Amino acid sequence: MEAILAVTVGIFFAVAIYLMLSRHIIRILLGVSIFGNAVNLTIFTSGRVVREVPPIIPVDLDVPAGVTANPLPQALILTAIVISFSFFAFLLVLAFRTYQELGTDDTDGLRVAEPEGEELPPLGY
Amino acid sequence: MAVQAHETVDLSGAMVLAPTSPADWLVIAPVAIPLVFGAVLLIFRHETRLQAGIAIAGLIATLAGNVLLLSHILDHGPAVMTMGRWLPPFGISFAADILGASLALVATLVALVCAFYSTADIGMIGRRYGFYPFLLLMMAGVGGSFLTGDIFNLYVWFEVFLISSFGLLVLGSEHRQLDGATKYAILNLVGTTFFLTATALLYGAFGTLNMADIARKADSVREAAPLTTLSVFFLLAFAMKAAAFPVNFWLPASYHTPRIVTAALFGGVLTKVGVYALLRVLVMLFPPERALLSGVIAWVAAATMIVGIMGALSQTDLRRVLGFVVISSVGIMLAGLALGTGEGLAGTVFYAFHSMIVMAALYLLAGIMNGLGGSYSLHTLSGLYARHPLIAAFALVLILASAGLPPASGLWPKVMLVRASLDAGQGWLAFAILATGFLTTLALGRVFILAIWRQRDDQALLETASPFHGYLTLAILTVPVLFMGLYPQPVIDIAERAAGGILDASSYIGTVFPEGALP
Repeated sequence: MEAILAVTVGIFFAVAIYLMLSRHIIRILLGVSIFGNAVNLTIFTSGRVVREVPPIIPVDLDVPAGVTANPLPQALILTAIVISFSFFAFLLVLAFRTYQELGTDDTDGLRVAEPEGEELPPLGY
Repeated sequence: MAVQAHETVDLSGAMVLAPTSPADWLVIAPVAIPLVFGAVLLIFRHETRLQAGIAIAGLIATLAGNVLLLSHILDHGPAVMTMGRWLPPFGISFAADILGASLALVATLVALVCAFYSTADIGMIGRRYGFYPFLLLMMAGVGGSFLTGDIFNLYVWFEVFLISSFGLLVLGSEHRQLDGATKYAILNLVGTTFFLTATALLYGAFGTLNMADIARKADSVREAAPLTTLSVFFLLAFAMKAAAFPVNFWLPASYHTPRIVTAALFGGVLTKVGVYALLRVLVMLFPPERALLSGVIAWVAAATMIVGIMGALSQTDLRRVLGFVVISSVGIMLAGLALGTGEGLAGTVFYAFHSMIVMAALYLLAGIMNGLGGSYSLHTLSGLYARHPLIAAFALVLILASAGLPPASGLWPKVMLVRASLDAGQGWLAFAILATGFLTTLALGRVFILAIWRQRDDQALLETASPFHGYLTLAILTVPVLFMGLYPQPVIDIAERAAGGILDASSYIGTVFPEGALP
């Protein structure tokens, strides 16, 4: 099970990095979104992966009877999903505003903050 | 049945049963106070007149909490507060040692001065769009990053200050802000996601995320787990956060775009959080891996210093010059991390204190110079000395501090770092630090000559009224700069104790897991 998940995570990372290397912001954002999911799967895999055994302790015991699913990675992923989702929403709005204002989503065209061919500082006075 | 079982179970092994002592509440004060005030500011979002007052009151309260916390730690050793009564490593603990508490204190001081400066700089529209709530929430995130004792919690605080910094960065919605913010947001998000990946692998290797627990278990896990790979992941993620070469290009693309107060806060505080995280993770948790990587870190440090300051030399815009100076100061801090000796790390910590204050002050100075001379460009900004000699005096002190020349604060941490490099047999690293100091003198000295000394024909265009507000801000920041330069011993003591605390983490671990109460 871990092996399948590991390969899936690898594919996710590859796709994410390929998309993030693109010149277009919208493709970069898709890459960022897949990147976040790749990491969530990594957290999930780094815990114990078992089939359908809820971590419930029977009434008369102090510890679970057998090997159970690890609840902690799921709590971590829940936090990570919320955070990455909110960031993705923010980035989408930011990208849309940038496209609206600057008229391009090509990162090579985004040269407002760092204009091309800027003059050098004066050498003397 | 269930009730009976509850009565017989002894909870003392799993839960904190004693009430939290008042001193331990101090640990969360630097986080809780700005969070509460940030929430209050959000409630009063439409009351633009009240915003600045509430924010400054909140930051003064935070500063008081920080001072009390640091003095408590200096007297009694590290302090811990565990959330939800679950004992660590199950409950998330806030663990404050000298390193975290002192950095949080200086960061809050810088934020307070910036908030004071902003009362004149941020107009009604900026307040209406929430400058002050963002500021307070960002400081809550920064404080949380400095004080948390849990790696995943560190990630969460990183995200808290990151999202607030996005808000501050785009405040104003100018074209270049949108451009800068896009690059800043995407690259920083990728950096923190790398951090999360490393955290996932760390959890897979250790089964715990509590830093004290990890430091305790590292030796037994080292055989079986790829800790060097993990350390490289952390190094990459935090180097991106700290803007180290070669993952630094988001910083000069974005730091010159926002309001000057925001740039001062970012340049002063945010990169140091990355440096702090590097110290915490590489020095305290994985010392053998840090030793293995020290060659790489040393090259990264030298490249960051030299490339950063070369960038500063080539810029025309005053704010962009300062962006590159921030990068080169990060390189100097990484030099101490590469050495890993007590003195080197103490130099890094001292340099972090100095750099937070001086970089913020330099950005604010740039803002004041723009207000007086009407431009940030070195081509047009000139003639300030004739009308405003006091500005020239402040500029001189801050430039000397940044270049590491006496009588200002930059001298002593550089002396410590150079001596530590020579002691470690890394003469070339010492040379890089000294060369950076020389190039910084050139880069900022040129700013001084062109913007302040150069004669101006049309003096009438200059603003004549002296900015009392700006002078006061700079004076508040120059006092600690001169103090650290002229009487450095107390700060050196704190920096050495902070470095000692992460080199030998036994008292930190002993506070989180007292009296052998180990799981």
